[in-house]
Amino acid sequence: MSERYEVRLSGAGGQGLVLAGVILAEAAALYDGKNAVQTQSYGPEARGGASKSEVIISEFSIDYPKATEIDLLLCLTQEACDKYTSDLKKKGIIIADSRMVKDLPKGDYVIYNLPIMDTAKEKVGKTFVANIVALGAIAHLVEEVSFDSVLKAVLSRVPKGTENLNKRELVG
Amino acid sequence: MSEKVVFYQGNEACAEGALYAGCKFFAGYPITPSTEVAEFLARRLPKEGGAFIQMEDEIAAMAAVIGASLTGAKSLTATSGPGMSLKLENLGFACITEVPCVILNVMRGGPSTGLPTGPSQADVMQARWGTHGDHPAIALVPGSVQETFTETVRAFNLAERLRTPVILLTDEIIGHMREKFTIPAKGEIEIWDRPRPTVPPEEYKPYDTSEGIIPPMADFGSGYRWHVTGLNHDETGFPTNIPSLVEPEERRLMAKVTENLDIIEKYEYIEKKGSKVAIVAFGSSARSTRSAIAKAAEGGINVDFLRLVTLWPFPSHVVNEMADKVDVIIVPEMNLGQMIEEVERSVKGKAEVTGVNRADGEPITPDQILEKIREVS
Amino acid sequence: MAFDYDQYLRPGKLPHIWCPGCAHGIVMKSIIRAIDREELEKDNTVIVSGIGCASRMPGYVDFNTLHTTHGRALGFATGVKMAKPSLNVIVVAGDGDALAIGGNHFIHACRRNIDITLIVFNNNIYGMTGGQFSPTTPHGKLASTTPYGNPDYAFDVVELSMGAGASYVARGTAYHAVPLTRLIANGIAHRGFSVIDALCTCPVTYGRRNKLGSGTDMLLWFKGNTVGKKIADKQPEKAEGKIVTGVFKQDEKPEYCDEYAKIIEKVGSQA
Repeated sequence: MSERYEVRLSGAGGQGLVLAGVILAEAAALYDGKNAVQTQSYGPEARGGASKSEVIISEFSIDYPKATEIDLLLCLTQEACDKYTSDLKKKGIIIADSRMVKDLPKGDYVIYNLPIMDTAKEKVGKTFVANIVALGAIAHLVEEVSFDSVLKAVLSRVPKGTENLNKRELVG
Repeated sequence: MSEKVVFYQGNEACAEGALYAGCKFFAGYPITPSTEVAEFLARRLPKEGGAFIQMEDEIAAMAAVIGASLTGAKSLTATSGPGMSLKLENLGFACITEVPCVILNVMRGGPSTGLPTGPSQADVMQARWGTHGDHPAIALVPGSVQETFTETVRAFNLAERLRTPVILLTDEIIGHMREKFTIPAKGEIEIWDRPRPTVPPEEYKPYDTSEGIIPPMADFGSGYRWHVTGLNHDETGFPTNIPSLVEPEERRLMAKVTENLDIIEKYEYIEKKGSKVAIVAFGSSARSTRSAIAKAAEGGINVDFLRLVTLWPFPSHVVNEMADKVDVIIVPEMNLGQMIEEVERSVKGKAEVTGVNRADGEPITPDQILEKIREVS
Repeated sequence: MAFDYDQYLRPGKLPHIWCPGCAHGIVMKSIIRAIDREELEKDNTVIVSGIGCASRMPGYVDFNTLHTTHGRALGFATGVKMAKPSLNVIVVAGDGDALAIGGNHFIHACRRNIDITLIVFNNNIYGMTGGQFSPTTPHGKLASTTPYGNPDYAFDVVELSMGAGASYVARGTAYHAVPLTRLIANGIAHRGFSVIDALCTCPVTYGRRNKLGSGTDMLLWFKGNTVGKKIADKQPEKAEGKIVTGVFKQDEKPEYCDEYAKIIEKVGSQA
């Protein structure tokens, strides 16, 4: 892998992006034995408003903790997709929610337009697990973090009693 | 307790470090971006035989921390810029009465309400001179989650040993950033306690310096009845305005810091061969600096790096020596130029000093610093 | 046998700074007698104050004493009590200290119902700074900063305390020193936040300006212009135009440190 693998999870406040970033970083740092740093930027809104969570994964120590040349961008809103694509590397991966993001960016990117919100809603009936569905997609697509580690990290973080729900979403 | 690896925020690491240091009391008031410290300790302190209280405002929180410390409890409060402005009143009280306590300021944009969720390093001078009057100041500036833990422990140690408030100065990035870090096993880091009196109560003078510059401090309720006042006082603790008694005490407060630099000062100096440029930075700006220096080295430019872990007292002698070697010193800071004034004062004209500044709520990027390195090289 | 005040006074600290005619000394003596009546141990008693004339009192008495910043005494006292609930904590404050700059701390200490006894030395003026109007200066009265009469309306310490949730509220006067001692002693004995509004006099910066006579005249005024709570309750016509004194509230209500102790007990074993 290159020195830094940069992930940005973007969307709106309340979509669980910070938690998703924490889980992804924990998977890399605690279970895969790599270094990982998770940061976030958010506005005054607890729900709604723009929100992003970033994870840097590296075999080496990580100095600058923010993403500058993104390898993977998750967009759960159109606004986030429009705003953040410019920070994506060439050949970088975009995972965009197929319901929320209708206008996909043009450029030298690898785009996955996936029904993240719909999967969360239809399979579980709860859109708030969209973050875990998205993590599942990321875990499948990204070599820098193993699926098993993401699963372990999810199960150690999610509320007790929802382990099966969350596991199903991740594997689903 | 054995060593434990966790994935924590800087704010959580501060709270964990406080517990490791023996903190038994926290008083605070909700404020972004420091609230996680209060939330963490609200959960943990009652489990560890301590007490947590959310006060009606920042002023009362600082007051409660000093009150608790007077009973012998190691005490912490945490806040950010607007709250720090309010705490300064009683910070001065802790300075003059010599009551140990630790104050975390997770810096955010300002002045006033400013940018509550954006990082900043604009409280550099507030940490030094915020409260009125001459007073000693110690400010520690950790640069990672792990270091937030260790520097919190050190903040308590210094506060206790020197009987003075210690400020921990982080920023929104360090406070909210999550990294893997190790909670050391119990006993791995030495814990210091305040000096307590050995003389019988009837002989106790709370500010008696015959045994040394740091007078022993008795806990309220331990049989030593003494008077604590924010007025200038003599060795018995009672108010005085006799000039010959006032000034030596004022000078002693400052000397507690200047005569203990060996335990207070802490920095990391990475010297490169033949470098003509050096950078002085701390906190999250130091992380950007490290990346920038690595990139500069790839392009064949060697840059020295002084990373401060103790910001106040400022290590003027180190910066001054650096100026003998290099031609230019770059000072990246997330403000419009505060620490740079200390650097300029320290180099005494021996090197050019230039800043990389940012005050828009975004961190200074490695590229910004790299650009400056190239410009001056 | 005469009461031995010396056992509670610090040798060499008198004379006090209070002016001739000031009633603060009387209130201090009532507090000392109340402490004696309640048999508080000196080593386990902390007296906390803020800034002002009343706030100099802790310097004279032989306890663990804490003279803090203006208005903040209750914040400091709360920290002392929370960190070591076994200590008896008494706060002394003037009306400006307790109710203006310290007003926020005052109402929240009442609400929290922490076991602290607050005695407000209420002389209706900022004395130490030379007679500026305070939150208890009556409407229309003269002060150095109300040269044309006070346009503000005063707080009623008793009503404010009761409204904010203090569980023991009483009012006495420096003229009625014996009942005042009893009111303070009851406040100390009460488990919860206690407020005693101790009406006293400042002939130098308040009385003189408002032509209220000497310190003695001002004290005697209390004699003729107060009525006990029990009488006022039975015969309200007797209380008309007068200040009512006595115990206004004494409720059994969960105390803050006790409540926190329950939390410790509940979660402490999970450590």
